[in-house]
Amino acid sequence: MIAMQATTGRATDAAASPVPAFMTRDVCVFYGQKQALTNVSLDIHRNQVTSLIGPSGCGKSTYLRCLNRMNDIIDGCRVTGSILLDGQDIYAGSMDVVHLRARVGMVFQKPNPFPKSIFENVAYGPRIHGIAKDKTELEAIVHNSLEKAGLLAEVKDRMDQPGTGLSGGQQQRLCIARAIAVQPEVILMDEPCSALDPIATARIEELIDELREHFAIVIVTHSMQQAARVSQRTGFFHLGILVETGDTEQIFTNPRDKRTQDYITGRFG
Amino acid sequence: MSNSANGAALPGAGGLGSIFDARQQVSEAVSAGLKRRYARERRFRLYGMLATLFAVVVLGILLFTIIRTGLPAFTQTMIKLSVTLYPQEIDPKGDRDPQTLSSADYQRLVRDALDDYFPDVTSRNDRRELFAMISPGATYVIRSMVMADPSLIGKRIEIEVPLKDDIDQFAKGKIDREADQANRRVSDKQIGWYQRLVDRDLIVSRFNTTLFTAGDSRSPELAGIWGAVVGSFWTMTLTLLMSFPLAVGAAVYLEEFAPKNRWTDVIEVNINNLAAVPSIVFGLLGLAVFIGFFGVPRSSPMVGALVLTLMTLPIIIIASRAALKSVPPSIREAALGVGASKMQATLHHVLPLAMPGMLTGTILGMAHALGETAPLLMIGMVAFIVDIPSGPLNSATVMPVQIYLWSDAPERAFIERASAAIMVLLGFLTVMNLLAVALRKRFEKRW
Repeated sequence: MIAMQATTGRATDAAASPVPAFMTRDVCVFYGQKQALTNVSLDIHRNQVTSLIGPSGCGKSTYLRCLNRMNDIIDGCRVTGSILLDGQDIYAGSMDVVHLRARVGMVFQKPNPFPKSIFENVAYGPRIHGIAKDKTELEAIVHNSLEKAGLLAEVKDRMDQPGTGLSGGQQQRLCIARAIAVQPEVILMDEPCSALDPIATARIEELIDELREHFAIVIVTHSMQQAARVSQRTGFFHLGILVETGDTEQIFTNPRDKRTQDYITGRFG
Repeated sequence: MSNSANGAALPGAGGLGSIFDARQQVSEAVSAGLKRRYARERRFRLYGMLATLFAVVVLGILLFTIIRTGLPAFTQTMIKLSVTLYPQEIDPKGDRDPQTLSSADYQRLVRDALDDYFPDVTSRNDRRELFAMISPGATYVIRSMVMADPSLIGKRIEIEVPLKDDIDQFAKGKIDREADQANRRVSDKQIGWYQRLVDRDLIVSRFNTTLFTAGDSRSPELAGIWGAVVGSFWTMTLTLLMSFPLAVGAAVYLEEFAPKNRWTDVIEVNINNLAAVPSIVFGLLGLAVFIGFFGVPRSSPMVGALVLTLMTLPIIIIASRAALKSVPPSIREAALGVGASKMQATLHHVLPLAMPGMLTGTILGMAHALGETAPLLMIGMVAFIVDIPSGPLNSATVMPVQIYLWSDAPERAFIERASAAIMVLLGFLTVMNLLAVALRKRFEKRW
């Protein structure tokens, strides 16, 4: 509780930073004829964790996947409205999706390391983008990323072993290392702890708080405690609309909307 | 419903008792049915076992018959001849000209050698019957020896030459000597001469190397499967080279890149249909299009491979698509998530994971193609071809067609050779399947 107070205290300072990383206005998403999101307007700020909460099927994951255009691979999915990353429309023709995904990393619900060595998992992103000039530089990037993901100490003696051989929590931290190896501006996390045990979850949450220093983080979560613990800003989604958004502290202590209040007090969802 | 049941059970002193009774009833019902359930399960397992047993027994019978018929083909009865290479017969001018050596009358030398064994056989008809016991291959044996080493001329050489197929069959006990002479291929006189040769230790049984080194022949004792094996090799190599890249390319495009619309649905239905088209139709198509229109040489492994490629393409495409489908989408998302392009995600992650499944499909398709006969009949690969094909554009036949040709031949000796060829073909198929398993194992370890 004290820790939460402390983080939210810092959050209000950071929220003052002028230009948000993501500025989204009137985002609507359609799957074929069905509308999944209606007029979502939300800003994602740098050096902050923004959590998206809401009952299952409310559209929070759909919104998250708009931010790195992961919805592109779903047939019949259509996005309207404007999503600006540093003032650039990411759905504009001039925005290359590969470049976008290098700037906006993603961590998925289930840990999904490549069935390759731990080193190769982290090295893959820098390698395809040609970030490292030579082998030593690549090794430094991998080292650094694993360090930041808090995994280095556990794996430094077995970098050539398959990433799939790690425990669930380690795999998820490997995936985080893989995401930060390409130095993105924003990291999207889609329920990153839902497949993990409480101890592994705690490690990931600590990690998220550390990563906030370098990245803007958006996290979708089902756990309201988690949202309260790790995030500075929270958006509450319900039935495809963004009901309420604000500082995490305010949302959890003094929600403006009745539906938010009902959800966070456990009356539905 | 449950409320009313509870209402009936609870009131009164009998409430607890009736719940107990109900449990008792359930327990009785369960134990009464148990015996029947287990009996049903035993019966079910028995059916499965019987089905397996049936399959194993039938397969065993099949293999047993093939091996029993085919094994004798691996030996050949030979006669030891002592041939004098008279210089005046082979090289009257004495200049060792290869042309002269090649066209000399070696048959005469063989006959002279036989005459030495049987001085008592003098009449024209008898001698013809006697000479018919030796394979025409004997003259080739002597000629090739002389051509290789002309210094042998003038000397006396001891050689073993194959007996004619009928005598060979008689030696192997395949011809009933009690039967009426008119009803068997070996005459009484030949049997007598054969017996005399056996008594003088001039008959030996040797491993049939000809079977593995020669092409087809009119004479069974000179016929081999090497021509067909080489033909099959060319055909399969070309089929693999053409069908694998095409099929994998098509599967990757359809599974990973193509939009899902009516056109791709039509293509998918057509691919599935193609897999079910009778193979002879592909043969007709090959005849009309590849030979008739494009002028690919008839009977050649090239045209055979083109036809078999058409036939195996849908099989490999379907297997490859299934393999691609079984790669979890999370891998694609992971790659795309770090900024890999669609092609990088496919080439670096999806394709390697799908490769074992694709290889299995390919090997299955190739095994299918290796055993295919019907379409090849249409494009002339059924021809009688003696020469070993030296390239993909030579006339050739393949193993299953060779088996078909031999099993259709009137000579008994060809029947056992057909079975021997089946054994060789089965051997190749087994090796292919083992290779597939080994490849899969290696791929799986790497990931």
